[in-house]
This record gives sequence, C-alpha cells and structure tokens, in this order.
Amino acid sequence: MTTYFDQKTIQSGPASTQSSGVVMRAMLKPVVFVLLSLPFAWLIYALFNGQLGANPIEAITHHTGEWALRILLLSLCMTPLRMMFRKPWPIRLRRMVGLFAFFYVVTHLLTYMILDQQLDVSAILLDVLERPYILAGTVSFLILVPLALTSTKGMMRRLGKRWQSLHKLVYIAAIAGVVHYIWLAKGDQIEPLVYLFVLFVLMLFRLKGFVAQWNKRRQAV
Amino acid sequence: MKDWMRTARIKSSEITDESVFRRRRQIIQGTMAAGVTGFIGSAAHAKALSQPVTQWEGNATDELTSEATATTYNNFYELGTDKGDPVKYADKLVTDPWSVVVDGECNAPGTFTIEDILKPHAIEERIYRFRCVEAWSMVIPWNGFALGDLLKRFKPNANAKYVAFETVQDDNLPGMSSRVLDWPYVEGLRIDEAMHPLAFMAIGMYGNVIPNQNGAPMRLVVPWKYGYKSIKSIVRISFTEKQPPTSWNMSAPHEYGFYSNVNPDVSHPRWSQAKERRLSGDTSGLAALFSAKIPSQFMNGYGEEVAELYADMDLKKFF
Ligand code: HEM
Repeated sequence: MTTYFDQKTIQSGPASTQSSGVVMRAMLKPVVFVLLSLPFAWLIYALFNGQLGANPIEAITHHTGEWALRILLLSLCMTPLRMMFRKPWPIRLRRMVGLFAFFYVVTHLLTYMILDQQLDVSAILLDVLERPYILAGTVSFLILVPLALTSTKGMMRRLGKRWQSLHKLVYIAAIAGVVHYIWLAKGDQIEPLVYLFVLFVLMLFRLKGFVAQWNKRRQAV
Repeated sequence: MKDWMRTARIKSSEITDESVFRRRRQIIQGTMAAGVTGFIGSAAHAKALSQPVTQWEGNATDELTSEATATTYNNFYELGTDKGDPVKYADKLVTDPWSVVVDGECNAPGTFTIEDILKPHAIEERIYRFRCVEAWSMVIPWNGFALGDLLKRFKPNANAKYVAFETVQDDNLPGMSSRVLDWPYVEGLRIDEAMHPLAFMAIGMYGNVIPNQNGAPMRLVVPWKYGYKSIKSIVRISFTEKQPPTSWNMSAPHEYGFYSNVNPDVSHPRWSQAKERRLSGDTSGLAALFSAKIPSQFMNGYGEEVAELYADMDLKKFF
C-alpha cells in the first residue's frame, strides 16, 4: 500500500518541467484557498448588502450547508484524481479541502445553534431526538470532528496506517451528510439526489481500488 | 407605529393623495431596504387596485411585513422550488384572460371569467397573520372578499360537504417540468370552514393588484391554517360530497394532514411548530442575524373565532 509519503518521492517529475512545476506548486494552495473562501466572503458581502432575501438566517443555513457538502465531496475527489492523473497535487490539497469542508460545517452548525435556535438547549436536543435529518447531520458532524483534529502532519505520522483507516470514516460522514439533505428536502427534489449520485460514483471508484488492492494482496499470498 | 400601519388602518373614504403618496414612498423604501433586484421588477409592475377598499374591523395589530418581503419570498412550486423563483419567473404566468370553472354539487355551476367572478364583490382590506409550515410567518394586508360570499353565488346543494380548489397548470411554468408534486396543485376545505367569515379570497395585497408570484389573479387566504392551504391562481372550484385530495397530503400523508390547522402542539417531522420566525424585521446587516423567534399560537391566534368548527374533533388525530 502506498502512503502519502511514498507518493511524494515517487512523483518528482523530469528536470525540464520542474521550474514551471515549482511556480505551479507554489501557487496551487493559495489559489485553492482563495477559491474555497469565496462562498464565505460572498455570505459576508451579501449579509451587509441585503442580498440574503427575506429570511437571512435560513439563507445562511442553506448556503453554509450546501457548501459544506459540496466541499466535503470535493475532498473525496482528491484520491481518485491522484489515481487518474498520477500526480501528487490532489493529495497536497486534500487536507486543506477537508478542513474547509469542516469550516463550513462548523459555520452551518453555529448558525443553527446560535442564530436559528438561539441557544435554546432543550429545543436543540428535541430536534436531534425527534428529527431524523438533524440526527444524520449530527452524526456527520461528530465523525468530522476527530478527522479534523487528526489532520495534521504530526498526527498522520503518529497514527501511521491507523490514520488511513480512521480517515476512511469520511465516507460515512459524507453519506450521513447526503442523507441529511435528502431527509430535509421538501417534496421530491432533484438536488439532494445529484449529491447522492456523485457520492455513489466516488465510492464505486474507491471500491474498485480496494478490490484491486485486495486481489493483488491475495495473489501475493 | 410605522407609516404603513397608519396607512393601512385609515378608512377608504380617507384615502387621499397623501396616503397614496405614502404607499409609493413605502414601496421605494422597501425596494432599497430589500435590495432584491427581483422586487424592483415587480414593484415596477405593481398596479394599485382600481376598486375602492374598505377596512375590516378585525385587523391584526402585529407589525406588518414589508411588501418587498411578502412579494419576493414565496412558495409557488409551479414557478420553482426556491423562495426567489416565483418573483423571478412571475412573467411566465399569464393571467389575462382568466376563467374559473365551477362544478360539482351546486345548482349554479359554469365557467366564469375572472371579471364576472369579481363584479359583485366589494373589496375589503384584512390584515392577517400568515403562518407557513416551514416555521416562518408574515403579517399581510390582503385585499379581497369573504370566500363564503363567492361560494353562495353558485348555490351549493345539500351534498356539498367539501370545496375543492385547483391551481392553473401550464407547460410554460418553469417549475412544472419537475415532479416535485403531482400537478395540478389541489387543495380543499370542509364546507363549514369555507363558509367561515375568516376564509378569504384575495385579489390584491398592500392596496395593489396581487402579483403573479403571490397567486394572481385570485387566491385563497385561510389565516388559521398553514400557508399551503391558501391555494394560488385558482382555475377551478368544485363542490364535493367526499373529502377531496390535497397536494401536500398526497405527497407526504404523515406530514401534512387535510386540516393543517396551525397547532404548536403537533410537531411536523422536520419543523417544530412551537415557534416561528416573524419576517418583518431587518434583512440586512448584523441586525438581520438576530431576528427573534416568537411562540406560535394555536390556530395562528384565530382560535376563538374558529373553535366551533372543531368542537368535537381530536386535533392531534385530524392534523
Ligand atoms: C451538526 C449537525 C447539523 C445540524 C443541526 C444541521 C442543521 C440543518 C438545518 C436546520 C438545515 C435547514 C433545514 C431546512 O431549511 O428545512 C440544514 C440544511 C442543510 N445542511 Fe445541515 N446540519 C448539520 C450538519 C450538516 C452537515 C455535516 C452537512 C454536510 C456535510 C450539512 C449539509 C446541509 C445541507 C446540504 C443542507 C441543505 C441546504 C439547502 O437546502 O440548500 N449539514 N442543516
């Protein structure tokens, strides 16, 4: 099994492409950082310019929820992208994308707790117990917390192989996030199903990878 | 007290150029405050009602929702599922010419033009609380007439136990390509509910002709029930002996009952109905973040008036 660190050494390209590669490499993270910050920047801009419509708190909940899910699914694309392009850049972005997803989830949750429920603890607990979609969201959030906490290089090193097993839980978090959206949508809406489809494709991709690996191992034995 | 509320309370005989001026100014302020580009379009279309409007005595005294909010934040799935879609696609709904089919258990059925329907009715302004099942609410000055006054003209017979309503369906409406609900949208009331003096047929709001996104040219307003009962853009009224099917009930029977009376004690699977967010405050800046939720009222605060309708019913069972 190749790890993140093996990839780094495997993937140093031929000398001729390296100078432009250095610039690209230096630019990649800042550019993606700015891009992933844009939804939040828009939110602040829209709030102060009355662009959030008649029900701003609902608009913020929806905006942060949508982007949390989109960016979480984007973070799941990184490993498949690396497999497809055989380039290290997706893996270099993976942590940042994942942490952005977590950032939007936390903003989403704080919006719900502070602005929507106004810290009414009994109302929040009732919601978690009575409303399956809130429970699904909470499960997703609770899984993402340890993943965010163990996302540092130090933790990766310390946990070794166990880090990978632990971080496969991100698929469960994504499933719970999509289920959360499907269960909260009123009527038969298409959009949550689009996310379900994307998640399904991503999981198939990984599953294929796992099966191939498993076969290889079996042959080796 | 806001200008608006003052304007809304005065008698029609007192409506002068001054109050018309105030209304216009309010619209302009509302447009700027809302900063919703869609509303600028709709405000440009806003047409004052040509009929004289008298004030009703029972008006709600809550702070009014701005016209900008009430005409840009709508659920009208035929025009799209996003709250902003109805105002965006309002022009796709063609309301002229318009006719309404009246049939079923009545002695004077027929197909009527909207002009024929409206002709005999004096127009009244009623300020009602409007409570959506999604746990938000507004306070809206509707212009129209009692539903019962209209229904009586068709001479319902003894078999007419219910009234069914149907919304327009037209392939041009952008939301109708989606299968989010079974089209056409249908709703219904028990006949005594329909004849209750609070049940209202609106053809205007805020003194203006009702905008398409709010259900032009004619919509129901049943203030003690969740908003989806107040069916929009009505093309058919049928008197029936059996309880008619209703759209949201068909889509999710355990979530939406036939009666759908506002009831803080009956929780919906997705929204607690104990509280509601009143959409009448700021929509911009930090103040917009802290608009309070208020406790919801049994029957949306119209409990005393409608109590007799549900005297012997278990409202937890018949939700
Ligand atoms: C921590 C627990 C969570 C709570 C309490 C929560 C709560 C909510 C609420 C109240 C809504 C609005 C529902 C409505 O308008 O009817 C919502 C919408 C949403 N949430 Fe969450 N959420 C949680 C976690 C998550 C997570 C982890 C994700 C994604 C990974 C997520 C993604 C979404 C999405 C996509 C929407 C729908 C947005 C839309 O309708 O456009 N939520 N959530």
